[in-house]
Amino acid sequence: MQTRIRTLLSESEWLKVNAKTLTNDADLYAVGLTSHATIELMLALEEAFDIEFPDRLLRRGTFSSIGTIAEALAEIGVQQDAA
Amino acid sequence: MSSWLTAARAVGVAVAARHAADVDRHARFPQEALAALKEQKLLGIMVPQSEGGGGASISDIVAICYALGQSCASTAMIYAMHQIQVSCVVRHGVRSAWHRAFLKRLVGEQLLLASATSEAGIGGDVRSSLCAVEEHAGRFSLAKEATVISYADDADALLVTARRTPQSTGSDQVIVVVPRDGYSLERQQPWDALGMRGTCSHGYRLAARGESAQVIAVPYADVQAYTMLPTSHLVWSALWLGIASDALAKARAFVRAEAKLKPKVTPTGSLRLTQASILMQAAKSTLAASLRQYETALTSEDKLATLAFAVAMNNLKVGTSQTAVRVVGEALQICGLAGYRNDSPFCVAQHLRDVHSATIMVNNDRILANTASLQPALREDPDFLA
Ligand SMILES: Cc1cc2nc3c(=O)[nH]c(=O)nc-3n(C[C@H](O)[C@H](O)[C@H](O)COP(=O)(O)OP(=O)(O)OC[C@H]3O[C@@H](n4cnc5c(N)ncnc54)[C@H](O)[C@@H]3O)c2cc1C
Repeated sequence: MQTRIRTLLSESEWLKVNAKTLTNDADLYAVGLTSHATIELMLALEEAFDIEFPDRLLRRGTFSSIGTIAEALAEIGVQQDAA
Repeated sequence: MSSWLTAARAVGVAVAARHAADVDRHARFPQEALAALKEQKLLGIMVPQSEGGGGASISDIVAICYALGQSCASTAMIYAMHQIQVSCVVRHGVRSAWHRAFLKRLVGEQLLLASATSEAGIGGDVRSSLCAVEEHAGRFSLAKEATVISYADDADALLVTARRTPQSTGSDQVIVVVPRDGYSLERQQPWDALGMRGTCSHGYRLAARGESAQVIAVPYADVQAYTMLPTSHLVWSALWLGIASDALAKARAFVRAEAKLKPKVTPTGSLRLTQASILMQAAKSTLAASLRQYETALTSEDKLATLAFAVAMNNLKVGTSQTAVRVVGEALQICGLAGYRNDSPFCVAQHLRDVHSATIMVNNDRILANTASLQPALREDPDFLA
């Protein structure tokens, strides 16, 4: 799942660095993720994993690192090995 | 009713209202009203009891702002802006000895806090700074071209936003508490505006220095999202509705006078008055509901951080500011020439001028554009009332 999130990030222009170089707990906002890009990222995740984020997960903290995104996806029921 | 509200109302009616026209005419600081608020010890009521304050809740403050808004809009706005700053220090400075000591001083000396967030070259986007905190050996300095600092000449301390370090990006901001002896102000653009004239919102070149401990450690992004934004939108909405309510009271008095004059006919203004009171009812209900929503969210950072909460607080601001402007306009229409003339007891001219600040004080179009960009992520609320 982390790999898939990382690929999604690296194929976008949301970050100022290559997502491949980021650890799971690196702060995405510190490497250029804007609030507008956060919305695009959220929509891209919904599309990629065929899920919908509930309101309670729609907050800044959810998208602050690859790790927090993975946790949120797991909470919605995405399987850890989802490729 | 809290004893604070009783005291604030008395200040509003007996002092603020009496000087409101003069404050407006001369675009001067409402010193009589602020002196009376200090005398009643109303500046430190939101400070926790552990630091010597009254431990007042946001509801207490909102009620006071609504009351003051009916008496003198500038006084209400100054009180509101002061309490916004206090709420930030109370909520985000608790872990710091410097800030706790500052809050104690605030209560004891009834310090008035002002805000220097707006900056030249940024536009109205408070979540971005050009100036930066420069730290060296436990001390800091910063210089800011502040486009607007309301009542700065009469304030006892400022809360200033800046980038965390000279290397930080524009949105990596902190907020710093600077008491009067830690800053100098050079007045740039004087405040000669349509309304809210008593806020004396001049522009300044600001230079501040002090101990590094004065910087609130929590990122300004969080201070803004969890405290400053919701508090601002609640207290502002309350005072704008206070202005509208006072204008509507004049319209009501006008209609009543008409009814007495011609007992057998319903006055022409009655219909419009009914429409306006529907608008007011909706706006007041939204304010009360938003207040509850904030008080509930205060119990959990998770709730405060949701998009849904931020959007609700922004909608409150846009909605009440629009309604307040509209209601005062209706009051003018109802009172007609009597409302338009400055020398009439039904005059709503100052209300009209003051209330028009509401939609531009953080421009509604900016807030709407912001919310619009979030729409793809927002959901309907199927469980409303469940
Ligand atoms: C009575 C009063 C007291 C105030 N007191 C203080 C104070 O004590 N301290 C302080 O720091 N500030 C204070 N302010 C300033 C306030 O916080 C805002 O910064 C200010 O109202 C925004 O002004 P603006 O129109 O220049 O900015 P903007 O919001 O930038 O608006 C300018 C124009 O840009 C348009 N616009 C809309 N959205 C966007 C967007 N996304 N990007 C670019 N442009 C956009 C707007 O429609 C508008 O036409 C006060 C303002 C008022 C009215």
